[in-house]
Amino acid sequence: MEFLQQLINGLALGSVYALLALGYTMVYGIIQLINFAHGEIYMIGAFAGFYSASTLKLPLIPTLLVAMAVSALAGIIIEKVAYKPLRNSPRIALLITAIGVSLFLQNAMRLLVGSNPKPFPDLINAGSINIGSIQIEVKTILMFGVSALLVILLQFIVYKTKVGKAMRASSQDMEAASLMGINVDNTISLTFAIGSALAGIAGVLVAISYPSITPYMGAMPGLKAFVAAVLGGIGSIPGALVGGIAIGLLETFSKAYISTNFSDAIVFAILIIILLIKPAGLLGKKISVKV
Amino acid sequence: MLDVQNLSIVFGGLKAVSDFNLTINEKEIVGLIGPNGAGKTTVFNMLTGVYTPTEGTISYLGEKIQGLKPYNITKKKIARTFQNIRLFSNLTVLDNVKVSFNYRINYSLFDSIFRTPKFRKTEAEIIEKSVELLKVFSLDTKKYELASNLPYGEQRKLEIVRALAAEPSLLLLDEPAAGMNPQETVELMELINWIKDKFHISILLIEHDMKLVMGICDKIAVLDYGKKIAEGTPEEIKNNPKVIEAYLGEEA
Amino acid sequence: MKNFFNKKTITIILGVLITYAVLFGLISANVINSYYKGIITFSLINIILAVSLNLIVGFTGQLCLGHAGFMSIGAYVSALISQKAGMPFVVSIFIGAIVACIFAALIGYPTLKLTGDYFAITTLAFGEIIRIIIMNINVVGGARGFTGIPIKTTFTVAFVFMVISIIVIKNVINSSQGRAMLSVRENEIAAESMGINAFKYKMMAFVIAAFFAGLAGGLYAHYAGYIKPDSFDFNKSIDYLTFVVFGGMGSLSGSVIAATVLTFLPELLRGMGDFRMVIYPLALILLMIFRPEGLLGDKEVSLNIIKNILPDKKSKDRKEA
Repeated sequence: MEFLQQLINGLALGSVYALLALGYTMVYGIIQLINFAHGEIYMIGAFAGFYSASTLKLPLIPTLLVAMAVSALAGIIIEKVAYKPLRNSPRIALLITAIGVSLFLQNAMRLLVGSNPKPFPDLINAGSINIGSIQIEVKTILMFGVSALLVILLQFIVYKTKVGKAMRASSQDMEAASLMGINVDNTISLTFAIGSALAGIAGVLVAISYPSITPYMGAMPGLKAFVAAVLGGIGSIPGALVGGIAIGLLETFSKAYISTNFSDAIVFAILIIILLIKPAGLLGKKISVKV
Repeated sequence: MLDVQNLSIVFGGLKAVSDFNLTINEKEIVGLIGPNGAGKTTVFNMLTGVYTPTEGTISYLGEKIQGLKPYNITKKKIARTFQNIRLFSNLTVLDNVKVSFNYRINYSLFDSIFRTPKFRKTEAEIIEKSVELLKVFSLDTKKYELASNLPYGEQRKLEIVRALAAEPSLLLLDEPAAGMNPQETVELMELINWIKDKFHISILLIEHDMKLVMGICDKIAVLDYGKKIAEGTPEEIKNNPKVIEAYLGEEA
Repeated sequence: MKNFFNKKTITIILGVLITYAVLFGLISANVINSYYKGIITFSLINIILAVSLNLIVGFTGQLCLGHAGFMSIGAYVSALISQKAGMPFVVSIFIGAIVACIFAALIGYPTLKLTGDYFAITTLAFGEIIRIIIMNINVVGGARGFTGIPIKTTFTVAFVFMVISIIVIKNVINSSQGRAMLSVRENEIAAESMGINAFKYKMMAFVIAAFFAGLAGGLYAHYAGYIKPDSFDFNKSIDYLTFVVFGGMGSLSGSVIAATVLTFLPELLRGMGDFRMVIYPLALILLMIFRPEGLLGDKEVSLNIIKNILPDKKSKDRKEA
């Protein structure tokens, strides 16, 4: 039954990674940028939730909404200020800038709030359910449930709405999309906003379950979620979901059955293996370059 | 010299080129024409190893070369220019040319680090040969200019010089006259003929400028939707109804 | 040898010797105290890291985020050999550099065929993997670190190795191999069509860069006497990247200047310790947006000024080196 317990934990962790991976995959799909700062947006969401829950004393739903809004805003600002000016620059410049934004946000936040972990209030005081000998916390179910809901919502937005169509068109061919009357700038901003909002919610969900937050909490999850996005196929929304769950399960089982020390290294090793064997990921498509 | 048989390539379900055949003999200038999207650059890319054909063979001087990597094709003495200029923008004109000597250089990293006599001698030779080649094309005065600072026409010339520096016996020119006015085109025609004679090479060129193609090609192959629809002398091609149809559409 | 001793080379050699002599004199006379001597030595090591990283990032155009990983391999291997096998210092650091080289070859072989972004991420991943593995090796102290490394890196030693590193890398760049690397950066497809095996030259640059990173690691280990896995983490890799970007991707003299300035700055602004971690990334962002070529772009410091001041020593030879 230990296995089932770990399975549940893995799925929960995986759903968090899935939410984060979605942000990476959407941004990469549209402007071919690995948004290094995505993990920090997740962290910003967690902090926004923190202040909303402990200072403003807001209950769960409003806190989630606040976190979403703040993260979305952060994402939009970062895109406009740091990435947009470089849209026609060589890739190396974009990557360096993204790294810069990530480190800047981590350390600026640390200057602002100090590096001591902050305890996140327990907004879901609902204990746990027992099924047989497995104990599942309600928080865990919530994490999984909210994530699943958001993914469905996202699929709906991307495939059934006009703005979603704009997003898909811009990912395929930005120039053609703009010639067809799509406001590409706004579409990009929207993509960032949605991806960031998802990250923000993930931040709050995690903070509720692992109840302390620090300015550096986004670094590792950010990297691992990126691995998840690549594993699933970067640019593919279902891929992000699959990849996220896979990495969540992998990490949980590594920690439980192999070693806690090496679980991070194992996740990174997976990244390398995927890139070497099937760089397009599990569900991604191979893109050929026109010469 | 060059013998292409049944060459085909498929991209994600679409057969971009099918069953393409062509032979090129010594000191021949062959033209490859066809409407946009017919697959001409794709053929070039297969000949130069950028793409691997899904079917067919390419033989050069008796050797099968399809599927070889581009740098190995260069070693077989086939060089090319590009439709969209692909110069080394931030390098000088001279350095752009020097790069093409690389595959023939016989000194190692050790020689470079320790500046051995072998290194110095070879470097001096490379500079000499490069400048000589640039002189032939009147670009030697600009040898220390950055390639990106050259005017468009000279950039196209530099692409040709760079390809020639690789000492090919077959030169592939991808739309060499693109963006040139009639006067420049005439000069280019003379230049291409002159290159063929002076360097004893065969030339395969993709072009849309009919005057140039009809003017200097010994024979022409016509592609449409990836298939060869005609081959022959300029006279024959000019009057071939299939060719006319491909370019102008069916008779109303 | 006729062309070797031209005016430009003489000027450079003189400049280097004078700089060394002046610094050495000041240190011996204790005008420069041991605290500043330490910073100077440290900046010499950072110069080696910067110019080697520039080779792969600036000259070959491949973004590498794991340079600190190779430094750590050099550091740990050389420390082990010094301490446990009791070999002379220079031998240890060379072995450390070579082991770093070997790892680079192993890592580079499967990954250098990936496109830029993905290669960068794999270097990051490898840097982290190396750090995590070292943290779990108890022989070298694990997370607590490796103590008791003999202190052998003096100012002179560091200076000599810095000069050697710069000369070697400069010679590589001004050669056919270097031109190949530059052509890969400029336009890989065109380079391949002109006979350049892009993969081979990326490997060459990567392995050479790792060698010097390993060398620097060995020097660092025998300067600090104590190393731990966190001394070589992702943040350090970004520090070295900052040196390269700031000085100019493609400029060796830029890397020298940037490494020196950016080593001194945080020391001189000690009180700004925390701010440094905010300002450096901010500087990276601003640089990329407003001045992506950094300080010197891909140009080197021009010696024309100095040439005009010094009297004409060898007037017969005016060819460029």
